[in-house]
Amino acid sequence: MSVLSASSRSPFVGPEPTSSDRARAQARTKRRVLVNGLRVGVAVLVLGLWELGTSQGEAGLIDPFFYGRPSGIASQLWTWIQNGTAQGPLWLQVATTLEEAALGFLIGVGLGIVFGAALGRIRLLADVFAPYIKALNAMPRVVLGSIFIITIGYGIWSKVALAVVLVFFVVFFNAFQGVREVDRVLLNNARILGASERQLTTHVIFPSALSWILASLHTSFGFALVGAVVGEYLGAIHGIGIVIATAQSTFNPNGVFAAMLILALVAVTAEFAMTWLENRLIKWRPNSFTDIQHI
Amino acid sequence: MTATTQILRDYLDRLESELPFGKKEKREILLEAEDHLIEDAQRDEASGMDADEAERRATRRFGEPQALARRFAEERAPAIELRGVTKRFLTPAGTAYTALRDLDLSVHVGEFCAVVGPTGCGKSTTLALISGLEPPSEGEVLLDGEPVTGVSRAVGYVFQVDAVFPWKNVLDNVATGPRLRGVDRAQANRLAQDWIGRVGLTGFERYYPHQLSGGMRKRAALAQTLINEPRILLMDEPFSALDVQTRTLMENELLQLWSATKSSVVFVTHDLEEAIALADRVVVITAGPGTVKGTYRVDLPRPRNVSEIRFHPEFARIYQEIWNDLRDEVLVSYERSKRVVS
Repeated sequence: MSVLSASSRSPFVGPEPTSSDRARAQARTKRRVLVNGLRVGVAVLVLGLWELGTSQGEAGLIDPFFYGRPSGIASQLWTWIQNGTAQGPLWLQVATTLEEAALGFLIGVGLGIVFGAALGRIRLLADVFAPYIKALNAMPRVVLGSIFIITIGYGIWSKVALAVVLVFFVVFFNAFQGVREVDRVLLNNARILGASERQLTTHVIFPSALSWILASLHTSFGFALVGAVVGEYLGAIHGIGIVIATAQSTFNPNGVFAAMLILALVAVTAEFAMTWLENRLIKWRPNSFTDIQHI
Repeated sequence: MTATTQILRDYLDRLESELPFGKKEKREILLEAEDHLIEDAQRDEASGMDADEAERRATRRFGEPQALARRFAEERAPAIELRGVTKRFLTPAGTAYTALRDLDLSVHVGEFCAVVGPTGCGKSTTLALISGLEPPSEGEVLLDGEPVTGVSRAVGYVFQVDAVFPWKNVLDNVATGPRLRGVDRAQANRLAQDWIGRVGLTGFERYYPHQLSGGMRKRAALAQTLINEPRILLMDEPFSALDVQTRTLMENELLQLWSATKSSVVFVTHDLEEAIALADRVVVITAGPGTVKGTYRVDLPRPRNVSEIRFHPEFARIYQEIWNDLRDEVLVSYERSKRVVS
């Protein structure tokens, strides 16, 4: 009965690509190769200059005693891999830090979503707690690490607690905002279609807030890592943080840089995992963000 | 003559299909109509007329089934009634803003009522009050004679802006109403599939709203609303964002879908041509605070084709008549907006 009957074929699958389409695709591949080549070039240039500057020892442009040198960092990493660190095998330090960060992340995200959603939905709660939350957020929370080490001890849980505190606020504010910013028209539409208050939460408010919450996860895993490492730095038995602290106290800049490299690898891996999760969870969103990179 | 014969039966069948009521009410009305028809036919027959001719005369006296159904609808309690409704809002500055003042409006069962008025005259507020999303500050809103206390299951609402859920695909969007009302998934999906076909979106079930054009999103919204089979259908400038061609197509489809359901419609628009082409009655609202300036009956034949009905001589006459009223209000509203800018 419809006048404009749509065909069952996908409207996005066009005819065969034309020669100009193919030329454009080729140009795009070429460009990608160029970009990647330049990226590698930048790394080689920076590391090369660094290595060159430190090659004359104390007399050179850069003093390797203070700034380390790339070859030194590599050999330090190799030593750690082969012989382990002062705190034991390297994998144990990485695993400890990862465990602390992951636990802190999960607990912090969970609490952040629950409290953010509750305060976003219940006006009275939000009005009562707003000044306290603002005050807590304004405080440099890293100092809480000392309290946690005193009360919880040297084990992993004091680091987890610090990570939780750091992650919580990021997720909390995003969840709160996400719940508050739900489109009123969508809420009204759901009400008209027959949604109860509980169904409003599951069908409209949560999916709508999800994109806000997921956006906060990117930054908050970074915060979890900061919490874990700073916690270890303040006092721990195992972990990358204590490896850095030891390297610092023995005037070993290569050790500090090597530990940083490991942290960077962990953070980048987590970032990839988060992007993958985000794409899985909100596949309804227009993917213009990723498209822009290729233009 | 005791039994109803073919001519009367045909007439009653046509009447039945035109009546905008539920089963029980329909049967009552049909029984009453049948009594009258038989009585008339018997009187004619008694005066020495051929039986068939007597029946023919009786049905002629009753008038067209369509017009008769309309008379029945008008005699019953209106589907929607607003009595002396005033709506005030509190502005962020702390002052009260009156959107509607002392508004009276009633819509008969099965009637298509268009509401026109200048921008900012409280047309959308009227719909919010009828739907139960907002309570009136003063006055009463009644649906089928009962005061409105919240969102009624009988109401469907097509919003001006896109209101389909961006995180649900077309199938899930259309199935939302039945799902929220407790229908199981398989049954809801079957219903949704049927409605997707009726609005011409077959093949797009798995698409998300951002992958569809504005017109397709509107079709999805229409299916999402109509799947609940609302007896009262509220539409807030539903086609204002569409291009002219798509709009005409959608208007025709709306009329087709509506004629199959016979729901009572309040269609808000600022486009007088659209209002006349679609509606049985046009209500003109004054520049804010809104109140009814006049109501006009549109006696154009149905079924209508929106793109052709505009050339009907009666159309031009009605347009002229309503525009005389509407023009003053539009001017008032325009003068005000100029003052705000300067």
